[in-house]
Amino acid sequence: MANERGGISLAPMLAKKELGIFVLLVALCTIVALKSPAFLSSANLQNTARLIGMYGIFSIGLGIVIITGGIELSVGSAFALQGVMLAIMLREWGWHWSLAAPAVVLGSMLIGCLHGVLVAGVRMQAFIVTLCGLLFYRGVARYIANDETKGFGTESFGPLRDLATGNVGGVNGVPMPFVLLLVVAAVMWVVLHRSVYGRYLFAVGRNEDAARYSGINSRLVIASAYVVCGALAGVAGIIIAFYTNSISPAGHGNFYELYGIAAAVLGGCSLSGGEGSIIGIVIGTALLQVLQNLVNLLGIPSSLNFAVMGAVILIGVLADQLLSRRRGAAKGGVGKT
Amino acid sequence: MTEPLLELEGITKRFPGVTALDNVSLTVRPAEVVALIGENGAGKSTLMKILGGVHQADAGAIRIGGRQVAIRTVADAIALGIGFIHQELNVLDNLDVAGNCFLGREPLWGGPLKLINRARIFSETEKYLERLGLSVSPRTPLKELSLAQQQMVEIAKALSQNARLIIMDEPTSCLTLSETDRLLATVKELRAQGMSVIYISHRLGEVEQCADSVVVLRDGQNAGALKREEISHQNMVRLMVGRDLKDLYVSGAGAQEPDFFRVRGLRTTAYPHCEISFSAARGEILGFAGLVGAGRSEMAQALFGVDKALGGDVALGGKPLAIRSARAAIAAGIYLIPEDRRRTGLITSMTVRENITLPGLPGLASAGLISRRREDELAARQVAALHVKTPSIETRAMNLSGGNQQKVVLAKWLALQPQVLIFDEPTRGIDVGAKAEIYKLMRGLADQGVAIMMISSDMEEVMGVSDRIAVMHEGAITGFLARAEFSEEAIMHLAVGKTAAA
Repeated sequence: MANERGGISLAPMLAKKELGIFVLLVALCTIVALKSPAFLSSANLQNTARLIGMYGIFSIGLGIVIITGGIELSVGSAFALQGVMLAIMLREWGWHWSLAAPAVVLGSMLIGCLHGVLVAGVRMQAFIVTLCGLLFYRGVARYIANDETKGFGTESFGPLRDLATGNVGGVNGVPMPFVLLLVVAAVMWVVLHRSVYGRYLFAVGRNEDAARYSGINSRLVIASAYVVCGALAGVAGIIIAFYTNSISPAGHGNFYELYGIAAAVLGGCSLSGGEGSIIGIVIGTALLQVLQNLVNLLGIPSSLNFAVMGAVILIGVLADQLLSRRRGAAKGGVGKT
Repeated sequence: MTEPLLELEGITKRFPGVTALDNVSLTVRPAEVVALIGENGAGKSTLMKILGGVHQADAGAIRIGGRQVAIRTVADAIALGIGFIHQELNVLDNLDVAGNCFLGREPLWGGPLKLINRARIFSETEKYLERLGLSVSPRTPLKELSLAQQQMVEIAKALSQNARLIIMDEPTSCLTLSETDRLLATVKELRAQGMSVIYISHRLGEVEQCADSVVVLRDGQNAGALKREEISHQNMVRLMVGRDLKDLYVSGAGAQEPDFFRVRGLRTTAYPHCEISFSAARGEILGFAGLVGAGRSEMAQALFGVDKALGGDVALGGKPLAIRSARAAIAAGIYLIPEDRRRTGLITSMTVRENITLPGLPGLASAGLISRRREDELAARQVAALHVKTPSIETRAMNLSGGNQQKVVLAKWLALQPQVLIFDEPTRGIDVGAKAEIYKLMRGLADQGVAIMMISSDMEEVMGVSDRIAVMHEGAITGFLARAEFSEEAIMHLAVGKTAAA
């Protein structure tokens, strides 16, 4: 076991890149906890954990796409479409939950598949494809819902509501979305960092041509990343729909894609592809939620919410870039003849 | 004798692990064309980069007009009247001719608005174009010009910067024969106008035509110089190579199964109307000679499945193959060591280990999960077997020298079961020592029964290493030469499109 490097140990899991942002997260938590004891109240911790779970699941999906050198801008709008459809299926069409929930996830994967084909097959730019998706799904959601708010009322739809919004271990237990995130993160960690497919994701993200010259079906790998992202966004979409419980199609999920991208980038993903880690993305998500929490608890005017977040992301990424540049310089550039 | 315009004396330049230049000297007089020749890796480019302000010499002096100068930046070089025409043109094809000539030094008007004085740059550019005899309007967008014309624009740019010395690095490597003649005429015209030129080329015929003197570099040292009356093909080759060609060539165990790898009627997208047919035997190194643009790399890419073949049959060991992707080629045992190893041969930002194991990764995994132990073992074994000089298998490929990078590309494929190996310019940009090692590896593989195809534009290499040479011209094979028939003349004859019988 000791010699088997395939085993799990903490050191490689928290590599240099994640360490910096992890320290930042701990520092931020300490500051908030010292300034406002309410941070450590069980209600606040539970709610923050719930939000981390909710955002973390689709942020991992976005991270996978970003690692292949792509981008996915449409998840926020897709959440609105998924929420509207889920409410209609469950309450207006009277579908059983065990049919409606998989239908939402499958639909989200189909969206991912479409994006994957357009990006990897037709060679359109991911930014354009998913920007059009952002507009399109929002419009469709609003049209289907007649621009009216759709909701789930108080029904529980079998175990579905509990799965999406419940807690493990009683009223004060660990929120279900957080548990789901841990499961998703563990599975995706193995996939990304230990599997052949994960290595291929990094390879096509770093140099698609060279990957192809090594016999990798780079188009399939890229397209599949969008499908994986779609699946995770579908799961997150159901949780978010039940979290808000009523879906106003014009506003539901607004900006969520940007939270996801921000979490991935904070967590060490490079927008030029080929870099990133699951742990980094999860820590990045947590950092964003603690920041949000900080704004609320420290009485910073909520109108400044976005400004604080933007500033912290900028500083975080800037610091990372400066540090890695210094690391690169310290190593000493090897002269090329 | 006139006062020299430029004197380089005792220039020495070391890079980590390699001395690129060792006590090299070079003198250029006003209105003189000096040809700088030498094999790949002889140090020509490094010397010129020192002159152009890209690198700094570790020792030695640079004098211009008798005065010692320091060239620390590209701007310093330009200010001293040194103009550089790079092998890969440095033009912006979204701008027009005049915009390129005056890029970064546009005359302005409108005070704080800093608007470009377009009328002035057009009239100024016109003047220089006329001097070069280039009959295009300064307003022509650069992308509408041919490569040769774009090169003229670069020369015009150098003239507009008041250059007294123009360095041309392999200026004809992408030009057609008539364009080459035109460029050589321009070089003579520039000399008549009092300009000096340093002309770097592999093409000895051009050097014979235009040079007033020749300086030969070999392994980073002055190998000798030739005066006008001494310039001859033989003298140049003797100084460049400095050894007998037979030293390079190691004879093999001999070819078996002459039809082992059989290609019939292959058509590529570059030359859709030409068909390529040949057979390569096990144990044979089949060289592919020809000029740049003869369609050799396109043929290799089609055989490897990364480019679409428009038609043709490929058979390996008598079994027909359908190669529609690199995966299919790799599955059949046909591997390509591509021309551009930084772009397609390697993922340079990944580690040596990750690069070596990439094509065979599924074989190192169970249930889709990679066994790091087996991966490490394989990478370490390949690094040792090929003598890759790397601090560890976790070093990123970008930090290795060209020769070691090439060995990593090779290590990738040798970890699998090669049947046919296609080398595309295998030693471009690689130093002499690593070259010899790669030749030895190629021969060793051939002796193990691999069919080897080697595309090379380096005449010495293709004649030194191959057992047989196929010469290509504009998408078709114009002839095959057996070892006894090898000569530079015979190859050039076929490379310019004359058939073997002539």
